[in-house]
Amino acid sequence: MDNKDDILVKIRGMSFGYAGRQIFDNVDLDIRRGQITAIMGPSGTGKTTLLRLIGGQLKPTAGTIEVDGLNVPTLSHRELYKLRKRMGMLFQSGALLSDLNVYENVAFPLREHTDLPEPMLRDLVLMKLNAVGLRGARGLMPSELSGGMARRVALARAIALDPTMIMYDEPFTGQDPISMGVLVKLIDDLNKALGISSIIVSHDVAETASIADYVYLVSGGKVVEHGTPDTLGHSGSEWTRQFLDGLPDGPVPFHYPASDYREDLLSGGES
Amino acid sequence: MTDFIRSLGRRFLNSIQRLGRGNLFLMQILRGLPSMVLRPRLVVQQIYAVGVMSLTIIIVSAAFTGMVLGLQLFNTLQGFGAEQSIGSVTALTLVRELGPVLTAIFFAGLAGTSLTAEIGLMKATEQLSGMEMMAVDPVHRVVAPRFAAAWVSVPLLALIFSAVAILGGYFVSVGLLGLDTSVYWGQMQAYVDWGDDVVNGIIKSIVFGFVCAWIAVYEGFDATPTSEGVSRATIRTVVHSSLSVLALDFIMTSLMFGD
Repeated sequence: MDNKDDILVKIRGMSFGYAGRQIFDNVDLDIRRGQITAIMGPSGTGKTTLLRLIGGQLKPTAGTIEVDGLNVPTLSHRELYKLRKRMGMLFQSGALLSDLNVYENVAFPLREHTDLPEPMLRDLVLMKLNAVGLRGARGLMPSELSGGMARRVALARAIALDPTMIMYDEPFTGQDPISMGVLVKLIDDLNKALGISSIIVSHDVAETASIADYVYLVSGGKVVEHGTPDTLGHSGSEWTRQFLDGLPDGPVPFHYPASDYREDLLSGGES
Repeated sequence: MTDFIRSLGRRFLNSIQRLGRGNLFLMQILRGLPSMVLRPRLVVQQIYAVGVMSLTIIIVSAAFTGMVLGLQLFNTLQGFGAEQSIGSVTALTLVRELGPVLTAIFFAGLAGTSLTAEIGLMKATEQLSGMEMMAVDPVHRVVAPRFAAAWVSVPLLALIFSAVAILGGYFVSVGLLGLDTSVYWGQMQAYVDWGDDVVNGIIKSIVFGFVCAWIAVYEGFDATPTSEGVSRATIRTVVHSSLSVLALDFIMTSLMFGD
């Protein structure tokens, strides 16, 4: 992290919480340009929240989140929307507009933000769809797509405006091995071919580590460890080992905190 | 006891907060309305979805309302030998009260709930968040056209309601009960004033349209993004819209006709 301009997203001293619950506590994190950065951690650690914070949908309670030199939480509505045109986000559900077909979904951001003539718009949409292998599915409605296809359409839509960065929210969750393989390849290819910076939030360790250039492990509101997948693979930390190897018990206990088991059983009746 | 007072206070504060959020939301929508002039297609699509789709039920219920009104009035007024005034009484009841009020309540139940459910489900399936991240403001793109369409549709539907119901009254009193055609229309012409009655009725339905549209889109946008949250939001749309329409009707009637 020597060259300053190399860093696209710079988070410093960021804290966030709501409803009396602290989600992030003084987090520092850097996302480098042109790289795939993975943010991994157990479910419920606020990984998706982190993406929403970077995208300006949530505001941190303290600290700064800079994207391309702009401090996101302090931007005006207009500036934030201008910045978002350079960000793509792939939601876990795909978040496709259910009343539009695949073609119109991909055309949506182009129609909203550009005045392109229809033939040019058509070419662009077909190119984006071809990049994700779904040019032939242009006439289908979102309800007719499988989960993996929906995510690929959403990916085509996310790259429609040629963004500087794409944020992937759990892109591999609930996918069959083939769709998973397709998505892993697509994310890697798009990153290389388009020079996009990618942030992947995931807990699918093997798939994510296979394409990530840098990994942040997040737990309990803090960055536990960070480094390249190789260095983390040789980490001495017990927690990191438990998470990466998927061990059922370790520093993260199997049991949710509870009172003494024996006492609980003998206490009679009261739940 | 303290718990009760505390929960009462919490509910009161929650309602005040909701009202505040609703007003801020309304400001956002109103700011989005001017851009609708440049994209009339979005509003026209929604007028078709909420207005035209409600047409059948509005026409059918208007016809029956008019027929019942004609029948009841004929029987009652005949007792006083005043059945000639059926035309004027039917028309006055409809253009001043029943047209705007019933249309607004039907509209809230039909189109209002569908707007709430649609926006609520878009929120639950992250479609609104997705738009935000594509730098498209969902309040301007999704909510404002629906609000404008609902607001425009209610007065138009209320006019259709009154017209159809007057024909329904005509069918019963003239067609079935033998009142003279010229008496029905003549009385109406003589006693229904354009400004005092028809225009005031239209003003009422414009206000009702505004309130129903606002409640429907706000409830959808503010819904808890779960299936239960959306279902509760649709119920709130019907209840709040109907009660607001009835209360506002009383206030406006006393202001317009209370002298």
